[in-house]
Amino acid sequence: YSTEYTFETRVCDAHKMEAPPTSVTTTREECLALLTEMMTIRRMETASGELYRSKKIRGFCHLYSGQEAICTGMVAGLDRKKDGITTAYRVHGWAHSLGWPVENVVAELLGNKIGVSNGKGGSMHMYGENFYGGNGIVGAQVPVGAGVALAYKYLNQEGVSVSLYGDGASNQGQVFEAYNIAKLWDLPAIFVCENNKYGMGTSAERSSGNTKYYTRGDYVPGLKIDAMDVLAVKNATEYARAFALENGPIVLEMETYRYHGHSMSDPDTTYREKDEIKNMRTNYDPIISLKARMIEAGFAEEAELKKLEKDVRKQVTAAIAIAEAAGPPEQDQLIAHILSGEKSTNVRGCDITLSYSE
Amino acid sequence: KMVAVRDALQMAMDEEMEKDDKVIVLGEEVAVYHGAYKVTRGLWEKYGDKRVIDTPITEAGFAGIAVGAAMGGIKPICEFMTFNFAMQAIDHVINSAAKGHYMSAGILNCPIVFRGPNGSSAGVGAQHSQCFAAWYGACPGLKVLAPYSSEDAKGLLKSAIVDPNPVVFLEHELMYGVDFEMSDEALKDDFYVPIGKAKIEREGTDITLVAFSQPVGFALEAAEILQAEYGVSCEVINLRTIRPMDAETIINSVKKTNRLNTVESGWPQFGVGSEIIARVMESEAFDYLDAPIFRVTGADIPTPYAKNLEDQVFPTAQNVVNSVKHTLGLK
Repeated sequence: YSTEYTFETRVCDAHKMEAPPTSVTTTREECLALLTEMMTIRRMETASGELYRSKKIRGFCHLYSGQEAICTGMVAGLDRKKDGITTAYRVHGWAHSLGWPVENVVAELLGNKIGVSNGKGGSMHMYGENFYGGNGIVGAQVPVGAGVALAYKYLNQEGVSVSLYGDGASNQGQVFEAYNIAKLWDLPAIFVCENNKYGMGTSAERSSGNTKYYTRGDYVPGLKIDAMDVLAVKNATEYARAFALENGPIVLEMETYRYHGHSMSDPDTTYREKDEIKNMRTNYDPIISLKARMIEAGFAEEAELKKLEKDVRKQVTAAIAIAEAAGPPEQDQLIAHILSGEKSTNVRGCDITLSYSE
Repeated sequence: KMVAVRDALQMAMDEEMEKDDKVIVLGEEVAVYHGAYKVTRGLWEKYGDKRVIDTPITEAGFAGIAVGAAMGGIKPICEFMTFNFAMQAIDHVINSAAKGHYMSAGILNCPIVFRGPNGSSAGVGAQHSQCFAAWYGACPGLKVLAPYSSEDAKGLLKSAIVDPNPVVFLEHELMYGVDFEMSDEALKDDFYVPIGKAKIEREGTDITLVAFSQPVGFALEAAEILQAEYGVSCEVINLRTIRPMDAETIINSVKKTNRLNTVESGWPQFGVGSEIIARVMESEAFDYLDAPIFRVTGADIPTPYAKNLEDQVFPTAQNVVNSVKHTLGLK
């Protein structure tokens, strides 16, 4: 095997700043790690879709398939010890990249006790160290993420706070309010628009007066990144991180695509063509393109990557078995965590005969 | 004819849009996608882009714009994908819409309907599953409606659309697909259910149960069980309107049955049940009470996702049975 190789990535469109260099030097080890992560998320999401269809996952379930390069590449480009992440409800992939094993992510979807949030949050609500959700209200996470940046700056943590939102959420007033305050206060905030082209069933063109999302911070500099390319995402993230620590906020537009409907309840029939999805899956898939690059660089042979895919599948299947076997949360979880730092007593149930205490 | 609540709502909007070209519908995914819960299905095809308008996911913006449009002379039906998202826009519902007429001494008028699913849902966690009836019910200047059946849904929504005031119209996601018998009269385009009048769904003599929205069904179910197993006769009142509240119907019923329980899926503290109890305590019905009044409510807990926990935070007919037995001292 060769061990190091330099790839060319697509030039970033830049707004009021310099674009990062297009050459990205990487190693076999790094590419294997990025590929494994993306494959794991893809497999986990496919399996989650099946669990939803077999009615083991309830309610909403927003799959991340197609967008894996963003969480994979960004987490690789951040400092996990110092940097924060705040995202929306399409959170399974992020939870995994931020360190939660498949069994804990899937257990949350199943409402089981080993879930990331003990089964109490559900598919949209996952959290962790320097990981602030998992927010179910469109756009609400963006000012929250900027607030995390304020805390980090206040604490001299030298970390950045990344707030993610979709093209649909990008029009929320609070997004612009957050841009403005972040700029005024020089917050180390990275605003990331995951532009997957559709906010639910509404295309970007039908929702946004300006679809150049990287320019929408106006006075906040921005970059548009080919987010089907995990190396480009990682490269831009490292660049943006250094920029934000030095200069304050920045907007990144991650151009991506979602393969499934908005959620499992979206039949995905009224607003886009099947051929469009097929074209993206065939010609722009982040996993397929990284594999091709690894072969081009002499990092690996087809057979090894095939075996890797098989191993990932096996591991995900085993993890899901653990998640399913865990069973539902214990009764004491019903009133645990209503308040911080104190136990709840005499919590009223649905009628006068029911009362709960910790 | 059996009609699903979803279709009754669609019928109400269709009829009023046909009658009055000032009526428009706007909200997220109401047009091309036919509504997130398919309530607006067919309206865009029939009335076109001008009157059925998809908005970006920007609740504060489009709710405020809808309020301004109402003040400017048209009659918007502003759909919130759910009332959970309406919290992003609650300032416009309360501060812009509800108070405008009063603050302007009658100069501003705001004939608008804010509608969408409210209350408990299944398996969607704490941010997507809660009842806002008490929140809006607290605010003067608003009318707040909560249908149970298809007749309620159609007749109340039509009344809401023609009402000159801002109306908050609380639907229930889990009721959209439920079929109810609709009379020939209710299917006609001049069928309106009056705002501010409760409906006695079932006559009874031993205890009054007051409920609104989906929990009316729990009260009716409990009434069957209590009659069959305990010989208890329940009078079930479907509140229909949260504000202005029909206290008279409740008071008259309590004077007859001498006992009262309230049933809702919202949180107990400062809930609709709390308000009903206060009204009864402040009325002549107090002297007729033979037992304290008890509430059936959602548990005082944010909604958990896991089913075994979620099952314990929203009331069912069993909670109503428990509560009535407690009130009557039945073992």
